[in-house]
Amino acid sequence: MRKVKLFTIDALPYRQPIPVYGYRFGSRKKTLAVMGAIRGDEVQQMYVAARLVRKFSELEKQGAFAPDLGVLVVPCAGQFSMNVSKRFWPLDNTDINRMFPGYSEGETTQRLADRIFRALQGYRWGVHLASFYLPGDFVPHVRIMDTGYQPNEEGLDFGLPYLMIRKPHPYDTTTLNYNWQVWETRTFSIYSRTTDYIDEESAEMAADSVLYFLAKKGMLPYKLPEGVRRFLSEKGLLGSELPEGSRTKTVKEENLVNIHNKAGGILIRYHHPADFVREGNLLAEIIDPYTTDVREKIRAPKDGTLFFAHHGQLIAGRSIVFRLIPKERVGK
Amino acid sequence: MIETVIKAPLPVGEALAIQKNRIAGRDAATRRLAIVTGTHGDELEGQYVAWQLARVLEEKKDALRGTVDIYPALNPLGISTIYRGLPGFDLDMNRIFPGSRNETMYEYIANGIIRDIKGADLCIDIHASNIFLREIPQVRINEKTAKQLVPLAKLLNMDFIWVHSAATVLESTLAYSLNMLDTKTLVVEMGVGMRITQSYGDQLITGILSVMAHLGMLAEPGPAVKQPVVSTDGSVSFLNAGASGFFMPQVKHGDYVKKGQLVGLIADSLDGGTKETLCSPVDGLVFTLREYPVVNEGSLIARILGGIGTNKKKTAVPETEQADEKKSASSVKGGSTAKRKAGLAAKRGGAKR
Ligand SMILES: [Zn+2]
Repeated sequence: MRKVKLFTIDALPYRQPIPVYGYRFGSRKKTLAVMGAIRGDEVQQMYVAARLVRKFSELEKQGAFAPDLGVLVVPCAGQFSMNVSKRFWPLDNTDINRMFPGYSEGETTQRLADRIFRALQGYRWGVHLASFYLPGDFVPHVRIMDTGYQPNEEGLDFGLPYLMIRKPHPYDTTTLNYNWQVWETRTFSIYSRTTDYIDEESAEMAADSVLYFLAKKGMLPYKLPEGVRRFLSEKGLLGSELPEGSRTKTVKEENLVNIHNKAGGILIRYHHPADFVREGNLLAEIIDPYTTDVREKIRAPKDGTLFFAHHGQLIAGRSIVFRLIPKERVGK
Repeated sequence: MIETVIKAPLPVGEALAIQKNRIAGRDAATRRLAIVTGTHGDELEGQYVAWQLARVLEEKKDALRGTVDIYPALNPLGISTIYRGLPGFDLDMNRIFPGSRNETMYEYIANGIIRDIKGADLCIDIHASNIFLREIPQVRINEKTAKQLVPLAKLLNMDFIWVHSAATVLESTLAYSLNMLDTKTLVVEMGVGMRITQSYGDQLITGILSVMAHLGMLAEPGPAVKQPVVSTDGSVSFLNAGASGFFMPQVKHGDYVKKGQLVGLIADSLDGGTKETLCSPVDGLVFTLREYPVVNEGSLIARILGGIGTNKKKTAVPETEQADEKKSASSVKGGSTAKRKAGLAAKRGGAKR
């Protein structure tokens, strides 16, 4: 393991300069880069990256690296926001992950995006441990921006429960994921369950999925990670007759069913991401914040697995309470 | 008449409602002008225009033909909380148009706004920079729509028309979405965040009356308007801070400066030193000047409109309203990877990278 200073953020008056470190493993080849936290509330993302640093360090010591495997892990580039409990850049509230590919002579967050992007360029594969623009809890999954620049099936090699294919919206074109792809790195975003607090189990699963990916490529000893195995078997997704990892379900984001509420109030959730639900099942209730009277019952519109759930006790009307992966009909 | 455009319930005993002031003259259904503002909660210049225009039109009611809809607050929660964005939501409101009825609450609201404005003969979307930068009164036009919009923009009595380059990310603005629906929309940018500059507001109201006369919405001659400077991206120079500290301007907003002239200093208040002296790269008009003293490395200090052919062409998207995309510009789609990268690289500063 080699700890290298990638660049220093020295952008705010009366704040001390902050070095941004990368941890390099294996050969000098640029095989895989992993980006952890970019936003200031991405504690889980930083933690997953930190777990990876530890795992890679052990694997490297054991001699498990293939000769041409070179890895970079950047646990955090969002310290200036993290240390003051802000999600975005503290002065102007801009989001570094909406500034890629960056610009070295531009505004502050463009410059930071540029420095991050320079450090991450030239890798064969890139993994961004990302958080979503809606506050909520997810089923752990790998997400690919469907740009046509890379084969989407490669996402199956992470062995995570779901591979989500997203068609880019205009606002996606300034993210790390999108631009990394344009610069010829095959890019994956990995989402674990949480953002601003640590969920050990899904953190472990996310970190293991990166090792699993490299193992599938023949660059690490091949082994289905324990966290993934446990999750799959709990969900009944692990058919013993099938090769490991082949039960990852591919889902197109546009096929997700958004489940909305009409009323505002307190949200009481009865189901959680990864739950399989039947049409008509009671998923949640919106209760009156003054009397606890039930204002609205949220029911499953069809059979399927919950993929995303609104996070937070208060909810406005017309929000997305859940997103559901509809069960495929037999014979389809 | 005050009307509710679209509404959604908030969690605890309140609704988020977008309202408009509908002022109808004779033949109300024949023509419609939409004046919108308040997308960014820290921009208040449009509040004066909304207020004063309603009074002026009330006085001119006999001459009014058609309908004027004034939408003073597209983001009421932002305005009431002194917050630029949408409270509790990551994306800038001007990145979620045309919205959707099947996504989040804010996208539902955005979609309701678009449906309501759609079909107007003209929409004027008033912005006020942000709290960091002060702008002269100007119209900003995406190069894709310049041909149809520049002639209308010239009627608005603004000082400057900035035709900026296109970027995919800008396809989710209110103006772009409406223009794609064949509802002509002009973006006005003037003044500074969290303040009201009444003289700029009066200047724009003169322009609005002039454009109304042009559209046949005033049964009287329109007022005379000034001729704006029309820019291509090629003549705009940027001055960014190279160090963090406190900006001490040495010129006034709207001044003409000479190449090499001192525009301002970055002060270090801890040791009494000067971290940087910032000089103008060209002869020209300081049409944007930093207002908020705290600067980071990279903070925009000034934009200077240089004379024709005096400096190298530089493509850019204006920072204040398009703060998160300039130069990234993934408008380059298809073609080979090398071409795409070249296109992107060119937009981010070309050979320097
Ligand atoms: Zn604005």
